[in-house]
Amino acid sequence: MTTPVITVEHGVVGYDGRPVLRDISLTVTAGEVVAVLGANGSGKSTLIRAVLGLVPISAGSVTLFDRPLRRFRQWARIGYVPQRLGAGGGVPATVREVVASGRLARRGILRPPGRADRAAVDAALLAVGLADRAGDPVSTLSGGQQQRTLIARALAGQPELLVLDEPTAGVDAASQEAFADALRDFVGGGGTVLLVAHELGPLRPVISRAVVVHEGGICHDGAVPDPAGHHAEPDHDHVHPHGPDEPAGLWSN
Amino acid sequence: MGLFQYSYMQHALIGALVIGLAAPALGIYLVQRRLALIGDGVGHVALTGVGAGLLLNRSPVLVAVLVATAGAIAIEVVRARGRTSGDLALALLFYGGIAGGVLLVGLSDATSANLNAYLFGSLITTSLADVITIAVLGAAILVTMIALRPALFAVSHDEEYARVSGLPVRTLNLLIAVATAITVTIAMRAVGVLLISALMVVPVATAQQVTRGFRSTMTAAMVLGFFAAGSGVWVAATADTAPGASVVLVAIASFLVVAVTGGVWRALRRRATPAAAVPTPEPHEVVLERS
Repeated sequence: MTTPVITVEHGVVGYDGRPVLRDISLTVTAGEVVAVLGANGSGKSTLIRAVLGLVPISAGSVTLFDRPLRRFRQWARIGYVPQRLGAGGGVPATVREVVASGRLARRGILRPPGRADRAAVDAALLAVGLADRAGDPVSTLSGGQQQRTLIARALAGQPELLVLDEPTAGVDAASQEAFADALRDFVGGGGTVLLVAHELGPLRPVISRAVVVHEGGICHDGAVPDPAGHHAEPDHDHVHPHGPDEPAGLWSN
Repeated sequence: MGLFQYSYMQHALIGALVIGLAAPALGIYLVQRRLALIGDGVGHVALTGVGAGLLLNRSPVLVAVLVATAGAIAIEVVRARGRTSGDLALALLFYGGIAGGVLLVGLSDATSANLNAYLFGSLITTSLADVITIAVLGAAILVTMIALRPALFAVSHDEEYARVSGLPVRTLNLLIAVATAITVTIAMRAVGVLLISALMVVPVATAQQVTRGFRSTMTAAMVLGFFAAGSGVWVAATADTAPGASVVLVAIASFLVVAVTGGVWRALRRRATPAAAVPTPEPHEVVLERS
């Protein structure tokens, strides 16, 4: 269980000359569930975007499954869950159609979907509890259900590594529970997880290691830290304005 | 239907029907990525190609395909860079394109009637060779857009996710850009560069008012585009109106009919079943004690 899945060595990322991450080193091995924690603007989302090659690193190296990121091609081994569903221009798409996109990495773009693809999509919809909404347009779903759709899309590709960007931000309690269950099943099946979170909530028991990013560097790597200050109060409802269009989320520790 | 015994009317009808099917099949991806007006921009650029073709005494359509393709690729590069000056760069390209077209047509021996044929379409002068070009390229666009639907849907829906899926995102984006250029130029003779964008976008806008999924929207939009093209040409033939404009007006009329019918139907249904309209609330997240 010590095969490295993700290795970042002395990674540096900057936007327009302004450094966001300075000299980050991080290794995630198979079977681990690593949470990247940190305040807004600490660079935690940038870290996972750099791992996936969505933002370029200006120095250092990223290795995925023993291959340098630049030469990594086995994208079917990775399931990515972005922070939210893109607006998508208003053309309707059903939940099933969005989830079926998750099969493309495995199938390639020329082969039409077969029985195995349909079965995987069904299983993913079931895992996040959206089987009854498969034919509905995603735009009619709640924010939490849309987030579960994105998780189902990643699961449909049957990845070995899940990378999630704030999967529980602004998500209702029922969806958070459904998400924690899906994650537990995935880890139980031998999967590795790297997720960015603000507050762990119901995910906390699933997490095996926490990395805290602060001002572009890693300031803690190990056990999940206890919440500090008013975050530690038992009746603390963690509410953060993540962005202008975000519905206010309430969740307690 | 007497007019359709003439071969020029048959050519006009076949050309329009092929474009009626192919334009919405491509247009749905443009609408999905909020590039509904890109066809219009590429049309402006294509006009420079027409002007160059007329000036050089080469096939205007062929030169327009080349120039429009170059323009569409330039637009895609600007879009992919995502710089804030993107819309300014597009404006330069669009108006540079139309000004270049007008200038070059003016320099050539062509009359303003020639220019009009490309601006607003001239189905009646469509030759058999033109129809064959339209049919072959139109069929190629149609097959590509349908066969690559899962990949093109993924790229248009969520580009970052498509990249992490290992899809050739840049190639697929360029494919859409080139397909746009080809569709605009082959449709140029039928509906004109200033009107082709309507045939890419309006059937999609009509379809998505009543459909629930991407695939059903695409199918419905193609049926609507086919219907608009066929009946538009028929109206043009019987009432002696401009074919391109007739096709576009039929498409817009069906949009209005569907919008009004859909609105009335939804209002009636809401009145008939008031209970079903109330969504089930999410379970409570916290329990608040009254003080």
